[in-house]
Amino acid sequence: MKRAIITVIGKDTVGIIGKVCTYLAEQNVNIVDITQTLLGEYFNMMLITNIEESKRNIQELNLDLEVLGKEIGVIIKCQHEDIFNKMHRI
Amino acid sequence: MIMINMFEVNETNRMINQENLDVRTITIGINLIDCIDSDLNRLNQKIYNKITTVAKDLVTVGNDIEKDFGIPIVNKRISVTPIALIGSAACTCPKDYVTIAKTLDKAAKVVGVNFIGGYSALVSKGMTKEEENLIRSIPEALAVTEHVCSSINVGSSKSGINMDAVRLMGEIVLQTAEHTKERDSLGCAKLVIFCNAPDDNPFMAGAFHGVTEADAVINVGVSGPGVVKTALEKVRGESFEVLCETIKKTAFKVTRVGQLVAKEASKRLNIPFGIIDLSLAPTPAIGDSVADILVEIGLEYAGAPGTTAALALLNDQVKKGGVMASSYVGGLSGAFIPVSEDQGMIDAVVAGALTLEKLEAMTCVCSVGLDMIAIPGDTKATTISGIIADEMAIGMINQKTTAVRIIPVIDKEVGDTVEFGGLLGYAPVMPVNKFSCDNFIQRTGRIPAPIHSFKN
Repeated sequence: MKRAIITVIGKDTVGIIGKVCTYLAEQNVNIVDITQTLLGEYFNMMLITNIEESKRNIQELNLDLEVLGKEIGVIIKCQHEDIFNKMHRI
Repeated sequence: MIMINMFEVNETNRMINQENLDVRTITIGINLIDCIDSDLNRLNQKIYNKITTVAKDLVTVGNDIEKDFGIPIVNKRISVTPIALIGSAACTCPKDYVTIAKTLDKAAKVVGVNFIGGYSALVSKGMTKEEENLIRSIPEALAVTEHVCSSINVGSSKSGINMDAVRLMGEIVLQTAEHTKERDSLGCAKLVIFCNAPDDNPFMAGAFHGVTEADAVINVGVSGPGVVKTALEKVRGESFEVLCETIKKTAFKVTRVGQLVAKEASKRLNIPFGIIDLSLAPTPAIGDSVADILVEIGLEYAGAPGTTAALALLNDQVKKGGVMASSYVGGLSGAFIPVSEDQGMIDAVVAGALTLEKLEAMTCVCSVGLDMIAIPGDTKATTISGIIADEMAIGMINQKTTAVRIIPVIDKEVGDTVEFGGLLGYAPVMPVNKFSCDNFIQRTGRIPAPIHSFKN
């Protein structure tokens, strides 16, 4: 399984999860795990996704999500999971 | 493996986005020994071909890794076998060597790297005629090229200090300054004089590809002073134990990113992984300063009493934390203390807290030496040689790498400011001890190897 971590940070508004998940479904990206919290009015979400069967590669997903983030008013990043695993797991 | 959690993901991204965590450089070391030829034109052609073939994908791959993992990789660079060796069969005068410098510059431009290191000679015990020619070509070579970096190893713990080379380098540094005086003597920012130069250093200006290395190798330099500084803000007033543990843990995390990038670059370029250089390398950007860490440890400014001790513990904890994070560690590894490239160091000089003599003391306990220091342009060559000799002696006796990258800025004096631009930053011109060492430097020959070098 090739996994990517997607983070969404920004001011809370209606439909953030919906819009992000709809886009991921269109690209055939499977969501393995979702964590989401609200800190005051700040929305903070992390998706662990499987991009093995994705129509677009990680760089293309990142570009699309950046545009989508701008539309919604949040910052979205898509990164290969290894940067987190390597830093936090021995 | 336990799945990664949001706290950890946010911590990593905060380091990258707010604390200037980055991979400072991916450097490909390229062996040029197979390019050696007695015909100068053929030699230059072979060098150009080899570099542009081996490193052709470096920048693309670097950019791809950057995007896949979301980690900035600031520099992509090349180091080559010391050119004094490569050119010795073809070059009969300094001018001949300059043609090789131009070839390196052209190759660097074509593959898109910002620096290429290895315009070097290793003369710690003796100097061949060809090595002397290369050294004498440095002022012109660094003036007519943009990307070429030069380093000369003039001493080692094993063989002592070549004082003839030290004397010559005092003159060469001044000539290099003179040749680039219309650009604030920028040439000297690309020239390092070493004792115990490492073969696998990925950092400029001192990188070269040692003769003990494989045909091509990937070395990676990590950074992250801002990350260490932020981590230490949370342990203000705590004991040394807590302080040191915090630095170690942070250095571990920073180095793991370097290890990941190095392995990935090695795989994608199909070039073996050499080493990670565990370094805290500052830039002039705010929040990317080693001096700020010293302040956070408890000093009013870098240079205050206690600075050497604070730097010693910082350097040691960075190594302890980093060593476990990487399968191979090498290069310079430790904290860098360049003046012009570190806003906190610049502030300390301007405030009068940091002097050349204190910097010299600091170099006894950190990974490099007197680095990016601007001094008055009318400083005598023998005085520069004296400064070099002192620094080399520290390296020789303490069995560590030391280096001098000093810039006598022509037509500038103490109190003036020099602007190098970009990652090289800016620097206030610092005063130099006015007393003479002429008679010491005029002696010929070399300082013998120290007693503790005889370990056999």
